[in-house]
Amino acid sequence: MKNHKNKKNQKSPNDSITISGAEAVVRCLLAEDANLVYGYPGGAIMPIYDELYKYKDQLHHVLTRHEQGATHAAQGFARTSGKVGVALATSGPGATNLVTGIADAQIDSTPMVCITGQVASHLLGSDAFQETDIIGISTPVTKWNYQITKASEIPEIMAKAFYIARSGRPGPVLIDITKDAQFEMFDFNYVKCRGIRSYWPNPPLNTNHLEEALKLINEAKKPFIVWGQGVILGQAEQEFKAFVEKSGIPAAWTILGLSALPTDHPLNRGMVGMHGNYAPNLLTNECDLLIAIGMRFDDRVTGDLNTYAKQAKVLHLEVNKNVKADVALITNCKISLKALTKRISKNTFSKWLKRFDALDVIENEKVIKGDLFPIKQGITMGESIAMINKYTKGDAVIVTDVGQHQMVACRYAKFNQSKSNVTSGGLGTMGFALPAAIGAKMGAPAREVVAVIGDGGYQMTIQELGTIFQQQVAVKIVILNNDFLGMVRQWQQLFFDKRYASTEMTNPDFVTIAKGYHIEAERVEKREDLDQAVGRMIASEKPFFLEICVEKENNVFPMIPSGASVSDIRLE
Amino acid sequence: MEKKTYTISVYSENNVGLLNRISAIFLKRHINLESFSTSESEIPNVFRFVIVINITPDKVHKIVQQIEKQIDVIKAYYHTDEETIFQENALYKVKSSFLFEERQIQNIIKASHATIVTVSPEFFVIEKTGFREETEQLRKDLSPFGLLQFVRSGRISVTKAKMGISEILNTFKNNN
Repeated sequence: MKNHKNKKNQKSPNDSITISGAEAVVRCLLAEDANLVYGYPGGAIMPIYDELYKYKDQLHHVLTRHEQGATHAAQGFARTSGKVGVALATSGPGATNLVTGIADAQIDSTPMVCITGQVASHLLGSDAFQETDIIGISTPVTKWNYQITKASEIPEIMAKAFYIARSGRPGPVLIDITKDAQFEMFDFNYVKCRGIRSYWPNPPLNTNHLEEALKLINEAKKPFIVWGQGVILGQAEQEFKAFVEKSGIPAAWTILGLSALPTDHPLNRGMVGMHGNYAPNLLTNECDLLIAIGMRFDDRVTGDLNTYAKQAKVLHLEVNKNVKADVALITNCKISLKALTKRISKNTFSKWLKRFDALDVIENEKVIKGDLFPIKQGITMGESIAMINKYTKGDAVIVTDVGQHQMVACRYAKFNQSKSNVTSGGLGTMGFALPAAIGAKMGAPAREVVAVIGDGGYQMTIQELGTIFQQQVAVKIVILNNDFLGMVRQWQQLFFDKRYASTEMTNPDFVTIAKGYHIEAERVEKREDLDQAVGRMIASEKPFFLEICVEKENNVFPMIPSGASVSDIRLE
Repeated sequence: MEKKTYTISVYSENNVGLLNRISAIFLKRHINLESFSTSESEIPNVFRFVIVINITPDKVHKIVQQIEKQIDVIKAYYHTDEETIFQENALYKVKSSFLFEERQIQNIIKASHATIVTVSPEFFVIEKTGFREETEQLRKDLSPFGLLQFVRSGRISVTKAKMGISEILNTFKNNN
């Protein structure tokens, strides 16, 4: 990582001068404080890459090894930095390769601007070489998209793109620029977008609803908070903590809400959802007030909606979705939480909290003990995560992929500060973690970044080791290798009579592969070697690869079977 | 919940691709449209979509929320038939010889309050505006004479209640 420090003053982005569309794109990026972009060149975007070459002192371009990697890296960057991630690709296959990352950013509300080259405007619709209708393809998975055919459109559309990507519920925007528009000369002048008349990203707080919300909170005997990523995206961590502490209400997180409140906070009662903790899942169906903050009641959180929190009143902050709210405060939760905290009185719910404690004891006995302090021979995923905790002390950014390792990492990783959990939640994109870790580290260069990945997902984007090597991104890569697509295997075991259809993997020598990219690499096969290996990995100041050979057929529990009620959570 | 006919009215910017975004919302939920029409609205540069679907009340609510989330959509509403004034428009092309040889056709046109748009030596065109049953009845009545062409527009409708789009746009203007 070098040279991506912002040196804005060399060329001011606001001069009205005659430049090419391609140069305008670069100047727009600089004006939006995007001095780090990920991408992959090709025919239809070459004019922009030519300008990137000229502006390389001000704008650092990271060459990934696949366009999908560029989107995930941009996502990782956005998630740890809070800024808009930027990904560049050429037309045709370059553009279609972005789609998975765009869909992931859309469902997980990640601010991202993707810029694709397009064939010259006179060729549009003619099946020209590397022509694809990326506007049509990306429409269902973008917050907004636009095709530019004239250079004069570039400043306004780019300004709009960044405004839309970062405001309201953030999301991905795709701008497709024809090659002739990139070459065309025009008078450039950049004005930041301050609003769009058909788009209201910040609805005001409704004071009547605030009163109703206060009434619900004041009357509740067994209130329960479930929070999501809205707390992080709204930069409302302080307001959220103040609300939780003053109200004394136990709170649990969705997978994307993780790290908004420190893991060891006494009122942080764990994760809800399919592989969440026992107490918060069961007590969802016992609370009398469910306060949902910055979350959307995804099906993996609620299980069967017809048996979800039916006994409770529902207060929903930020949106009103999926579960009908008795009161909804539709505004940034930073505003509503502040207003609520001001008006509520300090409270504690000791009897209600004891219910959580009692259920925690059961989960600890039946699940956690075996995960973290196993007596059987094979290394567990849980003890691997616990070992990472031992060395990072909860200060690291943990990037996870999708599957068993993801659930285990989210259950057991410790977090002291926000924006520390980077994972593919809504879309469940295998292959997310390795490129996302690159972006996560570049978005938070001072922090330790540990990517925890399964052997399946790792091989979906393994080529990004090349990016890590070329850029010398000091990420720590941990592969929890069970030679299986573990989560699917677990379902096959539980629901398909152990018919392990295409889930067993014959894996390569991962250490040799990492070494091929000149990345320091180790393998751990025995429990007694785990501690020191993790220690060496965290102590290293360079990229480091660690393969941990874990027990092959361990399952993740607790588990709410797909479509079942949260009350039907299984411990074994 | 029981299905009902709803008219969705969408006020939007006139931007390329918005039609695609709106139809994608229906596609995603596997919903077939009864009718769809679009035109400029009472406000310059603001377009209006009128979409008719047969669906349950909870679903129509969610769909309208999704439509409203689109960046280029100013506001979307949904109404039942009782809450709107609506019409459809149909054109019927018939061989001209029938008009003179079959007195019955003249009676049908008169009775249905349809109008003759054009007459040429080969064909003539009848136009009828009204409810679906009315344009449909005329089609049935004319079909024994061999309709050369028949086409019916999507529903167009205005609501009994006010929609307040100008107010929304003015609020934006004053705040920015």
